[in-house]
Amino acid sequence: MSRVYLEVFRNLAGLAIAGAMLGLLGGCASTGVAKDPLEGYNRAMFAFNDGIDRAILRPVAQGYADVVPATLRTGVSNFYGNIADVFIAVNNLLQGKLPEAAGDVGRVAVNTTMGLLGVIDFASDFGLEKHDEDFGQTFGRWGVGDGPYVMLPILGPRTMRDAFAQILDSKTDPVIQLDDVPVRNSLVVMRAISDRSEYLAADKIVQEAALDRYAYIRDAYLQRRRYRVYDGNPPRVLDDGAQLETPSKYAALQAGMDSPNKP
Amino acid sequence: MKLSVLLMTCFALLMPAVAGAQQPPANPPANLAPDQLIKNVSNEVLEIVRKDKDIQAGNNRKILDLVETKVLPHFNFTHMTQLALARDWRVANPAQQKTLTDEFRTLLVRTYSKALTEYKNQVIEFKPFSLKNGETDVKVRTQIVQSGAKPISLDYYLEMLPQGWKVYDIEVSGISLVTNYRDTFASEVRNNGIDGLIAMLQTKNRSLEPK
Repeated sequence: MSRVYLEVFRNLAGLAIAGAMLGLLGGCASTGVAKDPLEGYNRAMFAFNDGIDRAILRPVAQGYADVVPATLRTGVSNFYGNIADVFIAVNNLLQGKLPEAAGDVGRVAVNTTMGLLGVIDFASDFGLEKHDEDFGQTFGRWGVGDGPYVMLPILGPRTMRDAFAQILDSKTDPVIQLDDVPVRNSLVVMRAISDRSEYLAADKIVQEAALDRYAYIRDAYLQRRRYRVYDGNPPRVLDDGAQLETPSKYAALQAGMDSPNKP
Repeated sequence: MKLSVLLMTCFALLMPAVAGAQQPPANPPANLAPDQLIKNVSNEVLEIVRKDKDIQAGNNRKILDLVETKVLPHFNFTHMTQLALARDWRVANPAQQKTLTDEFRTLLVRTYSKALTEYKNQVIEFKPFSLKNGETDVKVRTQIVQSGAKPISLDYYLEMLPQGWKVYDIEVSGISLVTNYRDTFASEVRNNGIDGLIAMLQTKNRSLEPK
């Protein structure tokens, strides 16, 4: 099993190094956003991931959405959701949210049996609400800060905290734990396609909305992440954005002068 | 004679005021609770989208008209633009503020209309809402339920204005369609000033013109 990990991580490390080199080439593209100090590297990795997405993942997901009926797609999505509920329960437990953790265990019990290995989500009909937790959110609850935004190869955007938490997420992921390699690989690929197919509509909206696609996706990711860490009730950010800039820079702008950190 | 003219004039001037005073029920949106407003507008718009084959086929003109007449009167675009610009709003002069608001409005309307055509078979569920006494700033929560995918949360922030409740922010799955532009706008203003940002918005909007 650990050999599998080595293999996966060696591949990822190779990609990361390739990405880092791309990043050095594009390293001057920074727009000076505080939460994104790795912007040069990130933009290059974003372009790399986007290329793979356009060439492979998106067309496959589109085909899947076009060909497979919605009911069946829901079944597939539920199947993976049921597996995810196992480690959502673990994370709720680690966050001290006992009623939620109990609910998650109940969901798995109901859906695995009555719901035919999770394909039918009866638990939601019974009022056992689906939760959304992972190790990154657990660390967030424990007070670990986000850290800089970072674009991982293939896996996509993370905060630095979540990038580390990802290692634990993978270690507790029952699908990746499977010993039968062909079965495991098929399940991982199928899950990626199913997950990706849920964002096809969002793609088109981002296309319409974004002035700078990289920045739009980054900021959407970070907003969404914050929302999830706070279980859907994040405190609202100050309206005037006063925390974003220093007064002196503001005064310089008002006087019509260039900002000191203009590249 | 003079007195009667004066009286007549006074009366004429008073008339609209009196007529106005008798008319508050004639302006129902002002009295409508925020959750009811969102419910009415969502249901009305979706009803039209579901029935209209042209809109489902992606007729941009028709969708934009629909959004323009049914949805936009309930939005406060000046507030939205202020939120997106954060402190740069005060750097812009009134003429620039107006241009920014117009361009940002166009962009948001396009995005919103696009979303409408992408989610045509959606069902909207409204979360329970209660207006506390004296509240002037509220969040109305809804959820888009569609077959074959997870539900998407869609939350509206509304403020009480003299003309009624107005939407000033929309969050999709916790992502604000308004403040998501903050860093992009701030970077552009930092590098190319307010006029640079105006040019950026205009270029984007022209690239999206319905062909």
